[in-house]
Amino acid sequence: MIKIENVSKFFGETEVLTGISTEISNGEVVTIVGPSGSGKSTLLRCINKLEEASKGRIWIEDQEVTDPSVNIMKIREEIGMVFQHFQLFPHMTVLENIMYAPLKVRGKDKEEAETLARSLLKKVGLEDKETAYPKRLSGGQKQRVAIARALAMEPKMMLFDEPTSALDPEMVKEVLAVMKDLAQSGMTMIIVTHEMGFAREVADRILFLDEGKLVEDAPPERFFTSPESERAKDFLEKIL
Amino acid sequence: MGLDFSQIAPSFPYILKGIWVTLQIVAVSAVVGFFIGVILSLFKIGKFNVLRWFADAYTSVFRGTPLVLQLMLIYYGLPQVIGFEIPAYLAAIAAFGLNSGAYVSEIIRAGIEAIDKGQKEAALALGIPYSEMMKDIILPQAMKNILPALMNEFITLTKESAIVTTIGALDIMRRAYIVGGQTFSFFEPLLFAGLIYYLLVMGLTLLGKALERKLKQSD
Repeated sequence: MIKIENVSKFFGETEVLTGISTEISNGEVVTIVGPSGSGKSTLLRCINKLEEASKGRIWIEDQEVTDPSVNIMKIREEIGMVFQHFQLFPHMTVLENIMYAPLKVRGKDKEEAETLARSLLKKVGLEDKETAYPKRLSGGQKQRVAIARALAMEPKMMLFDEPTSALDPEMVKEVLAVMKDLAQSGMTMIIVTHEMGFAREVADRILFLDEGKLVEDAPPERFFTSPESERAKDFLEKIL
Repeated sequence: MGLDFSQIAPSFPYILKGIWVTLQIVAVSAVVGFFIGVILSLFKIGKFNVLRWFADAYTSVFRGTPLVLQLMLIYYGLPQVIGFEIPAYLAAIAAFGLNSGAYVSEIIRAGIEAIDKGQKEAALALGIPYSEMMKDIILPQAMKNILPALMNEFITLTKESAIVTTIGALDIMRRAYIVGGQTFSFFEPLLFAGLIYYLLVMGLTLLGKALERKLKQSD
């Protein structure tokens, strides 16, 4: 369970998040949507402390992420993250990318890590790419490897920061398919996305952010058919 | 008048022996300089103000004063303080290593800072500790980008090593100078020394190119 309580974030003088509170249960798939610059990514990054919340508190299970004395590295081991720009390690092969964290952080032996990496590559449909370097992959393939790399840590939840925004249109589908599989397997997922079709189909709940405020927190059907706020209505009119 | 290489021909082997001395000094100082450079660059990008200040001050001093002065301070000056003589060879390594460290640290710092900060975030998000991240993720990528600059630094070091002549180490330069003094003809031995330095630098350049190709494997 993730509990976000009254979180605000300032970059200098600019307030990018204002008093966000919500809870996400285990197994829930939540998408965060909203206009550019509304603070979606910042909120996501506060959860694994890539950004530090300026005010408020965040818990994951019974551990407070926002506690300055917390061992954040230990918490991050349990939270997978997928980035807009993939961030595969370019000097390692696909298999090495996936094996690295299990070897170094989980202390698995080489054979174990290799078996795990191969099974994950198979899961994302790239078992023939294990010796390729990231430069040789298409954007969609890179993102699938990045998902496999995150899953190799056997995380309890996954954060996705606009995972399809840097992809050519024809590659969006293959990545979303992998994410959909993952959602159906019961993984807790928080996804910042502009893919409204995907959000509507896969999410249990939509969080709509605008100008740093959590304006709407609703199941997809309600959000897409009868949003309560004017701002959500405006947003939906523009993009649908 | 005119050039007469035949009269210094018997001294060629004597001058050539200097290659070994020069290479030893350059190779050891390059390694020392590289390690100092790595450590200082980590200080510079780290979060400890004291270490950052130290690394900046170090770089500023070693880049802001002549290398020949640093060399003489160590060879002629330091024994006055520590009470015993330092062999020319060691003094040369100390001066070049310390000096090169300052330049190398700037090269590596720039190399690290040029790497997408998303790489660091990806490593952090996986729970990879800072030291492992630096060693396995950030530095290997930085090294690839800075190899040309690093090679350049080693080439400079090879040429600059000729100033050990001033403290009497028997390198290529010193030997050419001695032969010149003995035969009363400086032009030929110095030209010969020049040729040797040039070939050494060419060798290093080719080595650098080969290394670059190897590191480009992942492209």
